[in-house]
Amino acid sequence: MIPAIIRTALISLRRDRGALALSFVLPIAFFTIFAVIFGGRRDTTPKITLLIVDEDHSRASQRLIRGLENEGSLRVFPRPAPKNGVEQPEYTAASAEAAVRAGKAPVALVIPQGFGQAPISFGGERDGAAIQLLKDSSDMVASQMVAGLLQKVAMTAMPDVMAEQGTRVVDQYSGGLTAEQRRRMDEALSFLRRQQANSGAGGGNAGDTFGGGIIAVKTHDVVGENKNNPMVSFYAAAIGVMFLLFTSSGAAGALLDEAESGTLDRVLSSRVTMSSLLAGKVCYNTLLAFVQLVVMFLWGWAVFKLDFWSHIPGFVVMGLTTAFAVATFGILLASACKTRAQLGALSTLVILIMSSIGGSMFPRFLMPEAMQKAGLLTINAWAIDGFTKTFWRDEPVAHLWPQVAVLLVAGAVLFAIAHRLSRRWEYV
Amino acid sequence: MRIAEVVKHFGSVIALDGVSLEMRPRECFGLLGPNGAGKSTLIRSIVGRVRPDSGQILILGVAAESAAARAALGWVPQELAVYPRLTCRENLASFGRYHGLSGLRLQEAITWCLDWAALADRAEEPVNRLSGGMKRRLNMAGGLIHRPRIVLMDEPTVGVDPQSRLRIFEMIEALRREGMSVIYTTHYMEEAERLCDRIAIIDHGRIIAQGSKDELIRNAFGSRSQVVVRLADTGDRVLPWIEGHGGRSVDGTAQFTVEQPGEIAALLQAAANEGHEVLDVSLHRPNLESVFLHLTGRELRE
Repeated sequence: MIPAIIRTALISLRRDRGALALSFVLPIAFFTIFAVIFGGRRDTTPKITLLIVDEDHSRASQRLIRGLENEGSLRVFPRPAPKNGVEQPEYTAASAEAAVRAGKAPVALVIPQGFGQAPISFGGERDGAAIQLLKDSSDMVASQMVAGLLQKVAMTAMPDVMAEQGTRVVDQYSGGLTAEQRRRMDEALSFLRRQQANSGAGGGNAGDTFGGGIIAVKTHDVVGENKNNPMVSFYAAAIGVMFLLFTSSGAAGALLDEAESGTLDRVLSSRVTMSSLLAGKVCYNTLLAFVQLVVMFLWGWAVFKLDFWSHIPGFVVMGLTTAFAVATFGILLASACKTRAQLGALSTLVILIMSSIGGSMFPRFLMPEAMQKAGLLTINAWAIDGFTKTFWRDEPVAHLWPQVAVLLVAGAVLFAIAHRLSRRWEYV
Repeated sequence: MRIAEVVKHFGSVIALDGVSLEMRPRECFGLLGPNGAGKSTLIRSIVGRVRPDSGQILILGVAAESAAARAALGWVPQELAVYPRLTCRENLASFGRYHGLSGLRLQEAITWCLDWAALADRAEEPVNRLSGGMKRRLNMAGGLIHRPRIVLMDEPTVGVDPQSRLRIFEMIEALRREGMSVIYTTHYMEEAERLCDRIAIIDHGRIIAQGSKDELIRNAFGSRSQVVVRLADTGDRVLPWIEGHGGRSVDGTAQFTVEQPGEIAALLQAAANEGHEVLDVSLHRPNLESVFLHLTGRELRE
């Protein structure tokens, strides 16, 4: 009896392609995506873009910069990329801060004038001017990593600097290498070793000042300093877009219900054409998606103190364009499917994959570069980028044009394909 | 309305095989045929939902797919093509707007349809709470909301209880009194006989006969009547005798046509001579079922 039941179930599964895809393709796809992101494939680990401003131009600062440049996990830019073949001037503290604010890099280091006179910070002392670490706190990883690498580089790339400053310390405190002075010197060195052991190889403490390391670093949140709840806007957009995609494909499924019941035939026998019907469905789904976003962000405002009201213009622009793109995406999926069951399986598969590589499940900066680029093929990535610009970076509406353009063009293309596919309902 | 030499293939299957028809103003025209004969395909071709491979369909002088033809035609599909979560009024309002109605005209049309379908007291009820017969009536009303000149009804009584069926007949007769032309497809001979002025019999995508009921019967049988003989024996043993006397074996009975009642006595004598016991004999005027059987060798509901 049991083999008969198993046999029947197997035959049913084999003939249900949607269930087959959900059973095997989706887990494998997700396993692959997560393995690539978190599986330690070092050759594809994302490099952190680091802007560097050298106001000191000392041997110490140059050594430090060279050491950072040699770090495989960093891409160090002392100046912006050439424009039209013209070399750009080096970053200043102001231009580096502006670049971080604009999201061109998650972190910048400003080595202040006078750093080279006393680069090494002994314990709690602040002998030299502290390095300024300007960070975008939406990328929680980059600033921590740069701070740690800074301490590491100080230990490994600046031995002569350390020796030189050490000698000065000896001169200052001992006045000559007497037995007593040697003892005091040894104490100082053992203190240094203790400090090194405490800071660790990856070094750097969180907080306003990475003062426990070899090099004194002061951090400054360039973006998000005054935000009530920094990650809420990100998750409101990220989770919102994913569920918008699900809702939209579900709503578009009404087309399949109407085709199955014969209502679609009746509608198309009236003055309504396939084009106007699809346009009407897209308008409805766009409005539905936009209202969903409004509710989601209002909830974020009410419960998580998201700063909603001061970003209304950007929200409306991004909300409507995102809603339009997801609405056309839903109509495309419905047009490509023959039944509701097929639509359910396909939409689950496609939306979950899109959401994982598009940044709805975890921020894209955690992903390998190739996957970050692949993410740009998804609606999620562009929508999240646009909402981040609005709510996180406080950028004006005009700065949203790349995201708006991509989402509108994507929506138009998806609509055109959906229209082509839905011609099968137009006439028999 | 004029249909000329319409052909439609679905893959290797010929759904319509050179169909030609002409419909007169204000008449009720029946399309009678078994399931799969091509009735629905013909109706869908008329309303522009099926594009014929060849041939021509003109509605009031214009092509079937034109906007003018769409406005002139009202289609009641065989399926319950209504929005289940909407109320009767909301359904009718939606269909009315799809046909370009609005404002007072739409409200008047909705009121007329609700009265016509006897659904005025259920106007605010969602469709999924209505009985099967009420859903059918609403389905019909949806095709009439724009007050078309020609109404196409594709088997509107499928799955309907006898009482609801009678009500639907009355609704159609009311339409005719209003001067609408009706094309009515069915595989129920009684419906065609009751409602239709003229009937086309369709089988395997071809019109095999058309005319009034009396014309169809006269053309098939002349003045002959039908004799149905029930024998004690059935099957192969009696078949040679039935065919030998020009009859057919149908549903365990032997069916013959006779010109004069006197021929019945000769038939019974012949049965006795061959040793076949006769249980029952009846004399009928031929009907559309007999015509279909006569023309195709099959019953309508096969």
